[in-house]
Amino acid sequence: MNTASVVEMRDAVVVYGDFPALAGVTLSVVGGEILLLQGANGAGKSTILRACAGLVPIVRGTAEVLGTDLRIDRKSVRHRVGLLGHSNGLFSDLTVRQNVTFWAQLVGAGEEEINDALDRMGMAGRLADERVGALSAGQKRRCSLANLVIRRAELWLLDEPHAGLDGRGRDELDSILRQAVTAGATVMIASHEIERSRNLATRTVLVSGGRIKEVS
Amino acid sequence: MSIGTTWRVARVVATKDLRIEMRSRVVANQVLPFAGLVLIMFAFALDDDILLERVAGGLVWLATLFSLFIVVQRSFGIETADGALDSIRVAGVDPAGIFLGKALALVVQLLILEIVLIGGAVVLYRVRVEPASLVLLVTCLLLATLGLAFVGALFGGFAAGIRGRETLLPLLLLPAIAPVLIGATKATEAAFGISGMVTSEGWPWVGLLAVFAAVFGVGGLSAFGPLIEE
Amino acid sequence: MYGDDSMNNNSTPDAVGRVATPATRAIGLLAIATMAWVVVSGLFLTPEDAIQGDAVRIMYVHVPTAWVAYLAFIVTGGASLCWLVKKTPTLILDRVAGASAEIGVLFMAMTLISGSLWGRLTWGTYWVWDPRLTTTAFLFVTYVGYLAVRGLGGSPHQRAQRSAIIASLAVLEIPLVHFSVVLWRSLHQSASVLRPNGDIKMDGLMLFTLFSGVIAFSLTFLWLVMHRQRLLTLRDVIEEKGLEAAIRERKDGT
Repeated sequence: MNTASVVEMRDAVVVYGDFPALAGVTLSVVGGEILLLQGANGAGKSTILRACAGLVPIVRGTAEVLGTDLRIDRKSVRHRVGLLGHSNGLFSDLTVRQNVTFWAQLVGAGEEEINDALDRMGMAGRLADERVGALSAGQKRRCSLANLVIRRAELWLLDEPHAGLDGRGRDELDSILRQAVTAGATVMIASHEIERSRNLATRTVLVSGGRIKEVS
Repeated sequence: MSIGTTWRVARVVATKDLRIEMRSRVVANQVLPFAGLVLIMFAFALDDDILLERVAGGLVWLATLFSLFIVVQRSFGIETADGALDSIRVAGVDPAGIFLGKALALVVQLLILEIVLIGGAVVLYRVRVEPASLVLLVTCLLLATLGLAFVGALFGGFAAGIRGRETLLPLLLLPAIAPVLIGATKATEAAFGISGMVTSEGWPWVGLLAVFAAVFGVGGLSAFGPLIEE
Repeated sequence: MYGDDSMNNNSTPDAVGRVATPATRAIGLLAIATMAWVVVSGLFLTPEDAIQGDAVRIMYVHVPTAWVAYLAFIVTGGASLCWLVKKTPTLILDRVAGASAEIGVLFMAMTLISGSLWGRLTWGTYWVWDPRLTTTAFLFVTYVGYLAVRGLGGSPHQRAQRSAIIASLAVLEIPLVHFSVVLWRSLHQSASVLRPNGDIKMDGLMLFTLFSGVIAFSLTFLWLVMHRQRLLTLRDVIEEKGLEAAIRERKDGT
């Protein structure tokens, strides 16, 4: 298992307009971790994820993701990172298979990889040819995770991934994430749910007021 | 490094767009009827057969422009409905490829729309298309559509999704496509033989359309990426 | 990123926030002087036209404002292109582009209104489809769009990035539009499309006044843009200070 540093942030500041969403975040994540970012809404959890994805500029401090300095170049790291926010990034008029194939074609993955990804997400068989718009929240979530798999993303950034899922959906999601880590990915989850996610994460940090408050 | 070469990205994105259209049939079932209605509305408003025949060229392209807004907003609506454009951008996919792909899909949809509209003009406004001017007409259609698709993809992408930006689309789009309206109308009138125009008079206007398409093709390829960036 | 090096040169406000400098005072005085001359000459000293009568005096407003409108377009376009091309762009170019667009839109409106009134007086119509007026109308709408894009919010850098691209696209669009309109109107060589200043016999004094008018309005434009640019800088400085305070507050408060 790869234990190199995946994320290295020191005193990072991110602003939206004139509001400092991150007011000096120091965080280290090593390969193979499932890190849980816990905190209330507005604390900055989502912003930390977006920063790691290279989506928002870091205006103070330093941030390095997968060896790339985000203050110099935050675009080149994007294709190695998968961000799953509140939306799934799916095309509701297409089937599951067509959605995954779209990403497969972009990265040059073949039929076999598509089937493998669908399999791993439990979406093989009849489910694969269902219109995404007709799926349940949990199934849509799994479809978007299949996209992350087919993209061979090394760092998975998930914002409230368990939201809207029933008990079985959450269990399925947890086992998928553990599998992904075994296969070499690193996972960061932002969540304000305490009990459930604690069992999944290897480490938990508390985010509050745009800063990291404690590590457990 | 980004995912895929520009052309491959464009192909995948365009195919995806057209596949979605084939399944949802929004352009076929909603936009085409709308465009046809616009032609009929023009007839009500202008109420003069001779006048209608004379301005048929302009009316066809006006109807196209009105429909352009809807088609472009639909094109980016599928991207923003579930954050797909964001995901694609976030994944580091080559933005020039996204631009080209969206534009290509728009070209196909717009061409179908324009052919239907010209058919409508032949039926409703009694214009005639001579075989001799077919080359002019087809070239005009292709180049004008290319220009409209490039501008539509560029500003459509910019206006997509962010609250307060969607309303900018018409304001940004209309001044930009004025040259296409002027050029395509004149070339089409030449093809229809309106007011005694000869086919050869249409070619300078086609030249204008070509320049426009080239300018916005190149401009769009470079500007799309920065414009959709946060 | 946020602190830019434009804070130390002559075109930014001093610590107290005053936006006037010896340079702008000189320009301002010169502008007032030339404008006074143009008013006097245009209204009283120059002869009336044989055909149009006193209506020709609108020319002393219309032509210079049209000139300044295009000048503003060039300044905004040029500053935006420079901003895009420079490796480490300072925000001053962006502010110049924005100031020029804001003032420019005013002059474009003045051109359209004066042209419209002139047409009404001489030809009885409020609008003629002559290429210059039509292109100015497009310029006006395009720049209203540009200003709308500037008002979208976000960090100064984001605003600069977006606006610079839109302005650069406008640099491509406007000549295309103008060329199309010229071609379009060239088909209508009939007498109905005559420019109001098409057949005025200009004597020496009229030409000189016209020329002075161009200078007077340009100086006014320059003065306005310099002041506006400095105000925009001040506003960005305030935002920056507010940002620092907000960051400190967040760090210490919770």
